[in-house]
Amino acid sequence: MSRATRRLPRTLHPIAWWIWAIGLAVIASRTTNPLLLGLVLVVAGVVVAARRTEAPWARAFKLYLLLGIVVIAFRVGFRVLLGGDVGAGEHVLFTMPRIPLPGFMAGVQLGGAVSADSVVSAAYDGLRLATLLCCIGAANTLANPKRALRVLPAALYELGVTITVAITVAPQLVESVQRVRRARKLRGDTARGRRAVRGIAMPVIHDALDRSFQLAAAMDSRGYGRSGAVPTRVRRVTAVLLLAGLVGLCLGTYGLLDTTTPRVLGVPTLAFGIALAAAGIVLGGRRVRRTRYRPDPWARPEWCTALSGIAAAVATIAAGAHNASALNPSTFPLAWPTLPLLPTVAILCALLPAVITPPPPLPTPSPTRPAPPPAAREPVAAHA
Amino acid sequence: MIRFEHVTITYPDAEQPTLRDVDLVVPAGELCVVIGATGSGKSTLLGAINGLVPHFTGGRLQGRVSVDGRDTRTHPPRELADTVGVVTQDPLAGCVTDTLEEELAYGMEQLAIAPPVMRKRVEETLDLLGLSDLRYRALHQLSAGQLQRVAIGAVLTAHPKVLVLDEPTSALDPTAAEEVLATITRLVHDLGVTVVIAEHRLERVVQYADRVVYLPGDGTVEHGEPDQVLERAAVAPPIVELGRLAGWKPLPLSVRDARRCAVALTRDLEGVEPPPAVPQPLEARPTVLHARGIVVRYGAVVAVRDVDLDLHAGEVVALMGRNGAGKSSLLWALQGSGARNGGRVDVDGRDPADLAPADARRLVGLVPHTPSDLLYLDTVAQELERADAESASAGGHSRATLDRLAPGIPDEAHPRDLSEGQRLSLVLAIQLAAAPKVVLLDEPTRGLDYRAKHELALMLRELAALGHAVAVSTHDVEFVATSAHRVVVLAEGEIVADGDTASVIVASPAFAPQVAKILAPRPWLTVEQLRIAGVLAGATPRPARSEVAP
Repeated sequence: MSRATRRLPRTLHPIAWWIWAIGLAVIASRTTNPLLLGLVLVVAGVVVAARRTEAPWARAFKLYLLLGIVVIAFRVGFRVLLGGDVGAGEHVLFTMPRIPLPGFMAGVQLGGAVSADSVVSAAYDGLRLATLLCCIGAANTLANPKRALRVLPAALYELGVTITVAITVAPQLVESVQRVRRARKLRGDTARGRRAVRGIAMPVIHDALDRSFQLAAAMDSRGYGRSGAVPTRVRRVTAVLLLAGLVGLCLGTYGLLDTTTPRVLGVPTLAFGIALAAAGIVLGGRRVRRTRYRPDPWARPEWCTALSGIAAAVATIAAGAHNASALNPSTFPLAWPTLPLLPTVAILCALLPAVITPPPPLPTPSPTRPAPPPAAREPVAAHA
Repeated sequence: MIRFEHVTITYPDAEQPTLRDVDLVVPAGELCVVIGATGSGKSTLLGAINGLVPHFTGGRLQGRVSVDGRDTRTHPPRELADTVGVVTQDPLAGCVTDTLEEELAYGMEQLAIAPPVMRKRVEETLDLLGLSDLRYRALHQLSAGQLQRVAIGAVLTAHPKVLVLDEPTSALDPTAAEEVLATITRLVHDLGVTVVIAEHRLERVVQYADRVVYLPGDGTVEHGEPDQVLERAAVAPPIVELGRLAGWKPLPLSVRDARRCAVALTRDLEGVEPPPAVPQPLEARPTVLHARGIVVRYGAVVAVRDVDLDLHAGEVVALMGRNGAGKSSLLWALQGSGARNGGRVDVDGRDPADLAPADARRLVGLVPHTPSDLLYLDTVAQELERADAESASAGGHSRATLDRLAPGIPDEAHPRDLSEGQRLSLVLAIQLAAAPKVVLLDEPTRGLDYRAKHELALMLRELAALGHAVAVSTHDVEFVATSAHRVVVLAEGEIVADGDTASVIVASPAFAPQVAKILAPRPWLTVEQLRIAGVLAGATPRPARSEVAP
């Protein structure tokens, strides 16, 4: 692949974006340093701005940022409401009226003195959660969710199809409900509540059933499920392997992220889980014969993107092991956070994909004739 | 290519087999049209070709169906996917993905075709069907005609030897239907694909057919050369009816052939004034509905643009125009329950949009394009009782209406089990219970066979005779010729033609009915007219070809 080819506009492999984003998320989970968290947010924002497409899901990053602000506000708000009870040496900001609670709620305290220390620590916590959310948001914004489903291994193909069909069918159901509601009005029936439910539900359910039968028939006659006759034993083994693998993955991830758990719950469990899941997937996918149309290539930009995320995470974890206080600045007593050198460089390294990846393809030319909204659409036979 | 040997198909709970002892051979590379009334087993016959019947639908198949030497007994539909491509009636319902390109590739992915081959075939198919500029478009943004072509393309990419299409043009306007049919004939001619089509509107397809399979409705099958089968078949397009009446042999199936046969007939018609195609029941036709400056828009899309329309008592008006021209939106806006962004509608000095729905339907009744949306009770009797209660009319009123429109629908039948035509009659009876002055019908002719359409035309005439003003949106030109007094053509939300039926449709290349095309430029529209005028009695036999001027 020549240099010129690499620069041609195309979408990056969705998995590359997900690895990169998970790398950032790992960093966010290991630190409460607001400067580092802010830096992660900036990096994610810059990359999203540089490499997102024109697709509908690509406009969602703003929503994740808003959600982040809500999370911080909640966290701080709850601490102010419930967190009274100031320890020695804390800086009291103000005192709220104390509301007595009934005896069975002992241990919970409403109102009271609020200290700067506790508010700041709540804000740090909130910011960490918000940053995590935004990392996931960045991945969702950059990677086409449907293409991400397409790279599912063969053993999980059915799952992907189910999700795809659900995504396609949901708007049809909404349209169906709207159409029937409109039609009810023609009969002069404007009943609300329980009586209306039957009038609307019956035709809609009938419609949905009809559609699903038609879809199933169409999929069957187009070859869906061909030679997919897997012996029961193999199927069971696959299921067990996948389930055990998934449990391993969950435990391992938890162990890795929570620094207080025993070491064995971290990397080893994660590796074991991955191995089990991989075995299950390989076993399940062995008999499936299917190809993919225009699969996303995994080339140098993908490697670079994924590695930049991994490198940033690993460097930050290493820095944390070396100097934990820089990643988690003290809030008791309050201290100004500092910007530690190694994690900063590591996070900045995750900025690389904004430059090294190929630019996203140009927006598809807009329709010459805009599609009529569902209401204006010509009828499509529903009851053949 | 396709072989049926002593095939009998019986659905569970059915007393009679749907197909009985059918023997049929469709050779490779033929275009075979399956005709028959609703419920005669067309869909069953089509479904049996790729094994959907009985593998998917249930039921019992005796005998043997084989395609390209493969028995459907041992090959379920998915194993035949590389040989038989099936296009269903509703193209959107069969779509698995949501963009055009992925939809084309889906079938090939299932067949494990190598990625480079897939890429090549997708490009070829895009070109073959003229879809290349739409390749990244989401499927829901496509028009009905484009969608139908996508559905055909999606099965073509698997390079099937047999293509099975169930009413591929039923939702399309005449022009889009021509496009789809042109695509299909091209496949037969250039690629040697064997095509089996079921179709109600024979006038559209029968001229392309190499073979016609006729299902009379008793489970048997007649098949053979198109002109021979059509000579006897109960379902026939106007051109065949004309040919039979005039005694033309062999029966012409295309307008071009019929014109050659009609030289003598046109001579006889010289100076004969055509009787009205649709009887004009009322002398005085007061204006019942006044609409001025109707505007409907959905966001940036203008569906109806400043339309003025008057509907008169005793008159049937047909609304025509291509898919998405704004016909439905206009009807809904007139009724008052649809969106309307501007303009006034005046019925009896009141605007239905200002009234509560229960009162609006006393002024204007609308039958939507999916009539079953209005039905939710368990029996016909309950629906009718409910309709009488809703409109506070005397009990039994709507039952009487229904019996006049479609006699013989039992009280205890489930509305969903009725045929398309019966269901339409039921909804019409429900809407008429409110005694509206204006009756609007949105696409009532879809899925109706010739008999049901004929009955609908009679129904509309009756409504007009009772003094209702009737407006029907439809793509069916033959139906318009037999039922409408006046035609309004919409394009891009504007009225581009408005006048009596003959003057609007005779000259139009897309909307002219077959009789008008054959006898052009004389304004004859229907076989019925010719029969009334009595000009067919002395029709001369077909002249030799050499005498016919080109």
